[in-house]
Amino acid sequence: MTGISKEFPGVKALSDVDFRLLPGEVHALMGENGAGKSTLIKVLTGVYDIDQGQTTLDGTDVRFSGPLQAQQAGISTVYQEVNLCPNLSVAENIFIGREPRRFGMIHWSQMEKRADALLERLQLDIDVSAPLSTYSLAVQQMVAIARAIDISAKVLILDEPTSSLDASEVEQLFRVMRQLKEEGVAILFVTHFLDQVFSISDRITVLRNGRLVGEYVTRELTLIDLVGKMIGKELEVLEQLEEQPKPALAALERGQPLIEAQDLGRKGAVSPFSLTIHKGEVVGLAGLLGSGRTEVARLIYGADKADNGQLLVDGKPVAMRGPRSAMGHDIAFCSENRRTEGLIEELTVRENIILAMQAVRGWTRPIPRRRQDELVDKYIKALDIRPANPEAVVRNLSGGNQQKVLLARWLITEPQLLILDEPTRGIDIGAKAEIQRLVAALSDGGMAVLFVSAELEEVLRLSHKIAVLRDRHLIAELANDDEVDADRIMETIASGARA
Amino acid sequence: MTTLSQVRSRISWPNQKYLPVLATLSLLALMYGVGAANYEAFGDAQVVLNVFIDNGFLLVVAVGMTFVILTGGIDLSVGSVVALTTMLSASLLQDRGWPAFVVLPLVLLVGSALGFGMGCIIHYFDIQPFIVTLAGMFLARGLCYTIGTSSIPIDDPFWVSMAQSRIRFGDYFVSPSVVIALVVVLIAAFVLAYTRLGRNTYAIGGNPRSALLMGLPVARTKIAVYTISGFCSALGGVLLSFYMLSGYGLHAVGMELDAIAAVVIGGTLLTGGSGYVLGTLLGVMVLGVIQTLITFDGRLSSWWTKIVIGALLFVFILLQRVITARKR
Repeated sequence: MTGISKEFPGVKALSDVDFRLLPGEVHALMGENGAGKSTLIKVLTGVYDIDQGQTTLDGTDVRFSGPLQAQQAGISTVYQEVNLCPNLSVAENIFIGREPRRFGMIHWSQMEKRADALLERLQLDIDVSAPLSTYSLAVQQMVAIARAIDISAKVLILDEPTSSLDASEVEQLFRVMRQLKEEGVAILFVTHFLDQVFSISDRITVLRNGRLVGEYVTRELTLIDLVGKMIGKELEVLEQLEEQPKPALAALERGQPLIEAQDLGRKGAVSPFSLTIHKGEVVGLAGLLGSGRTEVARLIYGADKADNGQLLVDGKPVAMRGPRSAMGHDIAFCSENRRTEGLIEELTVRENIILAMQAVRGWTRPIPRRRQDELVDKYIKALDIRPANPEAVVRNLSGGNQQKVLLARWLITEPQLLILDEPTRGIDIGAKAEIQRLVAALSDGGMAVLFVSAELEEVLRLSHKIAVLRDRHLIAELANDDEVDADRIMETIASGARA
Repeated sequence: MTTLSQVRSRISWPNQKYLPVLATLSLLALMYGVGAANYEAFGDAQVVLNVFIDNGFLLVVAVGMTFVILTGGIDLSVGSVVALTTMLSASLLQDRGWPAFVVLPLVLLVGSALGFGMGCIIHYFDIQPFIVTLAGMFLARGLCYTIGTSSIPIDDPFWVSMAQSRIRFGDYFVSPSVVIALVVVLIAAFVLAYTRLGRNTYAIGGNPRSALLMGLPVARTKIAVYTISGFCSALGGVLLSFYMLSGYGLHAVGMELDAIAAVVIGGTLLTGGSGYVLGTLLGVMVLGVIQTLITFDGRLSSWWTKIVIGALLFVFILLQRVITARKR
């Protein structure tokens, strides 16, 4: 299988990307979010049409109109979330739709025999008649792979298969991948875990912003090179903005910590970490996508329940029982997904802004309309929300203005800690600058901010302190002084050492 | 690690899988035991057979409901379809004087067609089964009254013979309806365990999105289960008209709820994906034995049947909850 080239004009999700996958290799596809990894996979498996370029499989041109067709040609995909039926037996999950039959009846014993044989190839000795749900996610993943290779065994695409597995389970999966490789299967492996890429892959293709950065032999690439190639050096966004003057860090550290996380962690999300946030401090969370940035934010907010450690607010341990209790402790959280977890698009600007405040007051004490209008007007002016019409429906606002509405909603509750998860993603430069200026102003006013962003420059510009995450571990905490720059953070991510 | 989980799975999980059905079976045994201990006549095997004779139609309807609930759906229209079937049969036999061998397949076809139609709407328009079958329930019940507002007695010879004949073995007897109902149970059990349609039904109940991505015929299967439910309701209606020898728009009011109760007490998960027709059979028997017990007692009003069924439903839903929670 050689020479796949595709181009997407218009959106330019992928522009003129070459990609080749050889039999008997594990090929890692790397890139930050939005780099075009999933688009490439979807093009490869026929979910999307190709605009330009062509795919060749075993030297002949192919064009798939859907996943089923790709499957028949020998390309199967195993997705991050296991797409199997937990209530059915292991054997059934492998064979359903293609069950061996005798006299029109499903031939159970033969099906189980064949499933046993197939799983033996994957070095898995389990009771195939037991329901799938009785097994760990790793085993389920393996069963999905067994189904995939039983249908067709030329190309196997694994899309983030390890994201919910623990170390020993990952090792088990890798063993299977190595064995399939020996058997001549071409494996395309997508992951955010850098260590895993180096331990399993033979070659790496890096994408950035829909463009091919390059194809490398894993042995010849260092971790820091890879991180550099993924993030890119063109961090020119917002460079025209003047650096915000930062209050002396030492002065801030003196006060009592506002929020103190002690060994806070959640299995499968992020390993236990400790982090303190002081009043008026902006703490940046840096790390690659999937390194656990959002997970840290969600744990502190209580959106996910921690199964380890404790959280101290004003020196007192609190039990976070969810967003409501976090709001009770004056913690506000601006979600990364504006549309799905934040704004209610059908409601107006005014209604969206009032929501959180109403929630804090409880529904038995409605906010008088006049007071609503006052508050909303104030924040529309303060944040320069456009159009400056409180009755505009949020759906029709631009991304940057939607983000401001979300910000206004939380600011109105006057929180002590504001958690911003990717507040500037997908909004234009002007709005970005405004939001950054606002964060700086809030921190000057004494509000603590936990700032999560994929853009290192942005984190650097705003934060007093930067917590660096990698592979779901908090690996370093850097005071943001003159010595710290993007290279230093990248180095920290790559080396994994405490700085 | 693997061997340990393997050993564990061999020992405890098969039990787990059948746990709800076993719970229903022990409940049934307990109730029968209580009845037999308190009332001498209760120990007679004919009491059990009478439960079947009195509930054969419910059994057939509940079997159809089992298919629907296994996919994670619900069919509220069954009671009305039963009533419509009795009404249609009675009207065609009595008022029009059509022969039984024409009426019988026709009413079964009407029931299946109603189910098919609702299945299509549920699947292609992606509407919740609850609301679609609720509409079907009103529609079918309303259609009864367009045929006639009062009860129509049936004196067709075939119907009468089905109502009065008894299949005897030794001292015991059952009605032909019981045989039909049990045959339906056997066929359903076979379909669910040994055909692709059956397995696809479980797969859709387990995870509809996965079923689609695994390339299973989700559309065909979903429509099929509602058609099966429609057919079973019509057949249940025919059996009810054998039993009552009449057609009436007020027959089988609330029977959909009895059927759902029987399926749930029989251990089928309301969220779909897990359950057995055998469980449904036991569920219907539990309902029947409760009725019999209360009749034997004689002091309690028949409303106590409803109270006990309600309490049992709570218990079984909680049991389901515990089992699914432990799986996670």
